[in-house]
Amino acid sequence: MAQSVLRILQERVPHAIVETGSYVGDDMALVERDHLIEVLTLLKEDPSLDFSMLTDLTVVDWLGQDPRFEVVYQLYSIHHKHRVRIKASVGEAEDQCWVPTATGLWMAAAWAEREAWDLYGVRFRGHPDLRRILMYEEFVGHPLRKDYPQNARQPLIRRPDAPATDDQTTRLLANSHDRRVE
Amino acid sequence: MSNDNPSFVPTVLQDAVNWAQKFSLFTYPFATACCAMEFMSTMGSRYDIARFGAEFPRFSPRQADLLLVIGTITERQAPVLRRIYDQMPDPKWVLAFGVCASTGGFYQNYTVMPGADQVIPVDVYVPGCPPRPEQVLDGLMALQRRIQEHRGHSQRELGNTAAIGYRDRRHLPVLSDGTSMTLGPEERMPKDGRVR
Amino acid sequence: MTAATELRQPPTVASDLAQTYDPATGRQAGESPLSPSMQQFAEEAAQLPTEEVIVNMGPSHPAMHGTVRVVLRIDGELIKDADVQVGYLHRGFEKECEGSTWSQIFPYVDRLNYVSPMLNNVGFAMAVEKLLGITDQVPERAEYIRVIAGELARISDHLTCITASLAELGGLTTFFYGNRAREHVWELLEDLSGARLTHSYARIGGVAWDLTEDFADKTRVKLEKIRGYITDIRTLVERNRIFLDRMEGVGVISAADAISYGITGPCLRACDVAYDVRRDQPYSVYDHFDFDVAVSEGGDNLARYLVRIEEMAQSMSIIEQALVQIPPGPVIIDDPIVALPAKREVYNSIEGMIAHFKLIMDGIKVPPGEAYSYTEGGNGELGFYVVSDGSGRPYKCRCRPPSFYTTSALRQMIVGANIADVVPIFGSINMIGGECDR
Repeated sequence: MAQSVLRILQERVPHAIVETGSYVGDDMALVERDHLIEVLTLLKEDPSLDFSMLTDLTVVDWLGQDPRFEVVYQLYSIHHKHRVRIKASVGEAEDQCWVPTATGLWMAAAWAEREAWDLYGVRFRGHPDLRRILMYEEFVGHPLRKDYPQNARQPLIRRPDAPATDDQTTRLLANSHDRRVE
Repeated sequence: MSNDNPSFVPTVLQDAVNWAQKFSLFTYPFATACCAMEFMSTMGSRYDIARFGAEFPRFSPRQADLLLVIGTITERQAPVLRRIYDQMPDPKWVLAFGVCASTGGFYQNYTVMPGADQVIPVDVYVPGCPPRPEQVLDGLMALQRRIQEHRGHSQRELGNTAAIGYRDRRHLPVLSDGTSMTLGPEERMPKDGRVR
Repeated sequence: MTAATELRQPPTVASDLAQTYDPATGRQAGESPLSPSMQQFAEEAAQLPTEEVIVNMGPSHPAMHGTVRVVLRIDGELIKDADVQVGYLHRGFEKECEGSTWSQIFPYVDRLNYVSPMLNNVGFAMAVEKLLGITDQVPERAEYIRVIAGELARISDHLTCITASLAELGGLTTFFYGNRAREHVWELLEDLSGARLTHSYARIGGVAWDLTEDFADKTRVKLEKIRGYITDIRTLVERNRIFLDRMEGVGVISAADAISYGITGPCLRACDVAYDVRRDQPYSVYDHFDFDVAVSEGGDNLARYLVRIEEMAQSMSIIEQALVQIPPGPVIIDDPIVALPAKREVYNSIEGMIAHFKLIMDGIKVPPGEAYSYTEGGNGELGFYVVSDGSGRPYKCRCRPPSFYTTSALRQMIVGANIADVVPIFGSINMIGGECDR
């Protein structure tokens, strides 16, 4: 069943598909960012695919590789009971670190994209309300990036025991590639 | 009050006040996380916290004198916790419920504050993840002993500088809009009054 | 359809209200006319200027479960707009996972949905098993034990949700009944795992240890007691006018919207969409049992309540079937690369000790790759998206939180309702902070 999803994709939008694959029963398609919305629209609107639910959206940070980030969409069809995983690669540079928003297709994307922006710093172009959602507005950096140190707290209340990390220190910490700075 | 037991007869007025206070704690459950489930059990019919006179949760800090910090306190939650504490009238006590509220527990990362005592003084720490109801009741009895002995916050003995510095400034007034005046101007809430 | 850049306009209830609202009289259509003196008063009142007020609920509010802040823009009692803010319990689950070995993640997983930790345990164990390719090698007895423990956790989850939201509506008696019933569930799980709430009982490739000898008999007795408590709760509230008024037709969400928001679990099944991972994509041994997927119509609070009540009955039926069907045998996979050796071997043989040491210190070596595993959690589809780079620690371990997506629809449900409706709506979607904010 699910193999046919990848086959349909390769027939209908061959220019958008970079790579497809299956691993431990999960089907995956890596898609060009410029054609991402085209592919997602096809997946949602086509009656033979009918992916009515955006199950999850997240980002994988492949630090040290280029392109650095992978935006991962998990889709599910309630009608056909099949799943597919769509990925799009984005670069690290400020002008490259974005994907188009999927809020026009699934309302689940509204919060999921806010979370991905908050924790990984990938922008979603066209999102109507791209604010931080899990962290607070004063937070500097994106904590789930691999180069954000695990223990770099940014307290809202200054305290003598754990002095607030000022902006300069945070930037220094954010640039270090150590995964666990104590 | 019973006069049968001679040790119960208050010799000074303070003892009588302490005795009354320790059996009529009005709790403010600042419940954030997993420990709230065990708090529900402690409140429930089997463990019955009412036996210790602390069964009545008041969801207004103005009417409470025991702050139960139940669960993980994150950096984002810290100003909220501090404001709740500031709004409670004196005398007031704090019980840290579970290891997250005591030390941060096994969450040692960018977002979890290592213990509620970083921003407010704590009287009794109840370890456990989450603590069993029996443990909580034990902690409550420990707090009652402290109240009867009229002892201050644990930080005085433990030497927690943050809380000691905080206690010394406690006499400053709390404004009715909730803005804490116990902090210096540079440490206060943002001017637009938002709680994050 | 092209990619619209706007969110769909949320209020559906509000537009209905606006249609029946008559601005000349200031009343809803169908209301009885006022007495002359009241009419005069109403006319005078209509002349008074009104303004919208911003009201803040939470983050520390008895009905907000401690972790959500809702900023409401209200006109009188009517909610015009709402901003739901989550994240007050963001505990860095993923960051902690990246620094732990695969087995060390179980305690963190316990504390995601802290009302049904067993289900999270099983979900995560299955994700790693999928990535290791050992899903079909897990002993059948272990699968049965996982089902029994998971369904017990589901009962505990639904009981907590129902009784907590009823207590917020003023029905404190039901809270005590539900609490007694939940203590029975926890007693069974404590027998099983040693902990009341955070069990860490599942292991990669099986479960920690076997059932206790008298577990089956004890469970049957306890299930009868729990049934009695649930009947008590139902008798108390289901014909209560106040309860029905506050639940029926409040917090409605349509099936199409619910799917679009990614809502799963009881909240979706309350919209008459029979999507249950246990039935639609059977995992573990769920295809061995005869059970119904509970659905209800209406998509309102009452439907969600009814779905949860029915699901508890189905869970108890599954447990009873599993206790009959459960086969004897080992409870953890016999593979020295995945499972810890028996304590006897660790203490008596050098091979056992080395294997134990390597597994504890380096962790299970999971081959590079990625997998998305899905199970039916307490609130819906609980997914784990795990990425391995071949080391003993996960490169990424993402939890797909059902509560997060349900809470994202909260704005649509409460806009157009009254302030008092926020409490039952929020209670019925069963938002769990640890899972929503992770």
